[in-house]
Amino acid sequence: MIPWRVRLEKRLDPAWHLAWSVPVLSIIGALVASGLLLAMFGVDPIATYRAMWKGAFGGLFGGDLYSASETLVRATPLILASLAVSVAFKMKFWNIGAEGQLIMGGIAASGVALFLPAAAPGIPQNLVVYGVLMGGAAVVAGALWALIPALLRAYLNVNEIIVTLMLNYVAILWYSHLFTSVWNDPEGFGFPGSALFPEYTWFPKLFGTRLHLGLLLGLLAAVIVWVLFDRTRFGYEIRLIGDNPEAARFAGVSIFRNIVLVMLVSGGLAGLAGLSEVAGISHRLQQGLAAENGFTAIIVAWVAKLRPWAVVLVSVLLAAVFVGGDQIQITMGLPSSVAQVVQGVMLFFVLGGDIFSRYRLRVFRHVVDMAPAAEAN
Amino acid sequence: MDDNGDIAVAIRGLTKRFPGVLANEAVDLTVRRGEIHALLGENGAGKSTLMSCLVGLYSPDEGHIEVATAGRSLRQVDIHSPRAASRLGIGMVYQHFKLVPNQTVAENIILGAEGVPFVPKMRDVEQAVGALADKYGLHVDPSALIWQLSVGLRQRVEILKLLYRGAEILILDEPTAVLTPQEADALGATLRGLADDGKAIIFISHKLGEVLAFSDRITVLRDGKNVATLATKDADKPGLAELMVGRPVLFRADRDAREPGEVVLSCDGVSANDDRGIRALSDVTFSVRSGEIVGVAGVTGNGQAELAEVVTGLRKPTKGKVALHGEDVTGKSARRFIDRGVAHVPADRLGMGLAGDLPLTDNFIMKRYRRAPVSAGPFIDSSAVADLSRTYVDRFRVLTPSIKTLARNLSGGNQQKAILAREIDAGDRAEGIPFIVAAYPTRGLDVGAIETVRSALLEERLDGAAVLLLSEDLDELFVLSDRLIVLHDGEVMGIVASADATKERIGLMMAGEAT
Repeated sequence: MIPWRVRLEKRLDPAWHLAWSVPVLSIIGALVASGLLLAMFGVDPIATYRAMWKGAFGGLFGGDLYSASETLVRATPLILASLAVSVAFKMKFWNIGAEGQLIMGGIAASGVALFLPAAAPGIPQNLVVYGVLMGGAAVVAGALWALIPALLRAYLNVNEIIVTLMLNYVAILWYSHLFTSVWNDPEGFGFPGSALFPEYTWFPKLFGTRLHLGLLLGLLAAVIVWVLFDRTRFGYEIRLIGDNPEAARFAGVSIFRNIVLVMLVSGGLAGLAGLSEVAGISHRLQQGLAAENGFTAIIVAWVAKLRPWAVVLVSVLLAAVFVGGDQIQITMGLPSSVAQVVQGVMLFFVLGGDIFSRYRLRVFRHVVDMAPAAEAN
Repeated sequence: MDDNGDIAVAIRGLTKRFPGVLANEAVDLTVRRGEIHALLGENGAGKSTLMSCLVGLYSPDEGHIEVATAGRSLRQVDIHSPRAASRLGIGMVYQHFKLVPNQTVAENIILGAEGVPFVPKMRDVEQAVGALADKYGLHVDPSALIWQLSVGLRQRVEILKLLYRGAEILILDEPTAVLTPQEADALGATLRGLADDGKAIIFISHKLGEVLAFSDRITVLRDGKNVATLATKDADKPGLAELMVGRPVLFRADRDAREPGEVVLSCDGVSANDDRGIRALSDVTFSVRSGEIVGVAGVTGNGQAELAEVVTGLRKPTKGKVALHGEDVTGKSARRFIDRGVAHVPADRLGMGLAGDLPLTDNFIMKRYRRAPVSAGPFIDSSAVADLSRTYVDRFRVLTPSIKTLARNLSGGNQQKAILAREIDAGDRAEGIPFIVAAYPTRGLDVGAIETVRSALLEERLDGAAVLLLSEDLDELFVLSDRLIVLHDGEVMGIVASADATKERIGLMMAGEAT
């Protein structure tokens, strides 16, 4: 018989450093584990990781900024969408619909950019005015799309998971319909996409890369969400509802009002992610607007434990894994499934590793009598 | 009594540490077959930790455990999991029952038991359960669904569950906390029957009365140490209380005579339904005045819970009028009641009174976060929150590692103290005289904490607050209340001045016999 035994014991007051050490160790563990997998398939793990690193952060320390900027470009919509999801999750309101809210935001911003200049030529045609108008439209559209499940839940107690999830597909279909037929560029030779937006609606680029204003928007949103969570009565109320709705009711908090408010904020943030993609990258409504960022956001929010600063960090890390994964397909000629395996193992370790921040491992040596287990049968 | 031969379980020099806390220090405890051994101590004295080691939830850091069960003599054992404990014949009835509400009694009993076939023959199980029930007088219908059963019956199911698994050492964690006095007496008789059958019973409690009534021997824990083990016949209340607390304890609360002032709360012909939509209150009329404690007496489940919710705005009456300071607030939101100075110590602490996974600070500001100094406009001032929290912790001696500790990690008594600290301070006196609804405020508390709670309520009364006190403890109602309302089946059987009432008379009214 094994002379020792390992068991998990709950930590009463988790030490502060666990918030850092556990995720870092989890990532190292993931790299080792996926390294073993890669080696089993005859791929050199070190070379693969090096290629991924170069793809994701390449010229970060000298050289060109291209790779690192691509990672941040990839992270931008993820940050906004993950913040959106975090706000709702903080109240344990399961908004699985960031994808659809993002798309609705993108549609609304595109609508303004495509049709407002002709409809209202009197409006000054510059970035500030159009940025505000498109931003407003995106926020309102995302928020209204999120309002549907909020009202259904608040009035009729309809499960929000189902409604938000299904509304994603409604949004996706509308959006496909728009850019392939109704809003299709008449001069686009049937290419699926709207006309290009007027240039004054484009978000300015940063550092001569594809990085754009949307990243700053995301960082600003992270700060605002942090203040909202940590420093306001509204944040307190959603925390209270999230932990114990009965206690919130007891404290006189209106759950109805907060469901609506939280979903307006959540949907609005997701809408901003849509704006950031159309005004910052594609400059038209076309295929690949959401790129499943609304779903990936759920993972980010969870790994970040709904902390806004961690959302930013995790979004960048995950974006790096995505971009690096694309890179190994190109430079090493590996199939995309290899990158996905590495991504999957990483998420598995980070999410699974979380148990060690709540429990500790203890090793015991057996003492004299272990007999009952054996004699019981 | 032959000392070694009869020992069922012996804990030798057990020490258990948690980061920053020494929960148990070199504790010795022996329990014999056929005895009811009470484990007495204040909240946080280490009773639960000690028992958790015995049932395999924790492993001791030092010391060891010896067990003589399953026909074997006393030997050292390693209890590394609840299942191992179960195989050794050790079982525990927790304060919060571990039952599945929409399964039957029999299904709950075999849930997790070993040796149950993949497709159990429920009729055989029901017969076996029935036989056990008959043998020990634990009558309950094996095919009844758990949610249909009263709390007292659910506890029987928990005990049957252990017996079905062949437990010889039964641990009960504060088993009477959820029971009516009558149910508690019945439990005492049941435990005696089990002991007479050779079982060893460990009975965790901090209620001196029942410990003296039910047990054979008593072990007192204080600060994680065994301070005394004595025969019950040699023990008395003041002596035990002093052992528990470490200083002499006064049992009487002094209630100065005081002329009550204006009416703060009044209910006029109020009826209300319970959660299932069945009428729970019928035509209730009473008032509570400033500087007065009005007690509500009644057997649990006779409308007290609904009454507390109606006068705090958490439940809308179906009929009648509720007024605060003369203003009609019938059907208004709980928020409105809070703004008008209504404080509420709810019966269900973790269910309603606290957000368990939030830090104490968040729990302390529940009633005050809408007002300065805690909030300024939409913002919450974290330094004001910290100040307020420290004040509460100090004033009510809430034992906690820090004000950031999660409410769930406090002991039951300290949770209650935290709620009380918050609620007594909830009303803004500038807004009017506070009205405090205290539902079972001392339930599950130790003597020291009960003293704190009672004197806090009396202090509020002297300060002019109007208090509505719900309690299962008639002694407490008599000690604290100026007047008593007796509820039976949702109706007021009578309202009497406590000075003129006798326990017998109140008891008859509680049973529904109007006088």
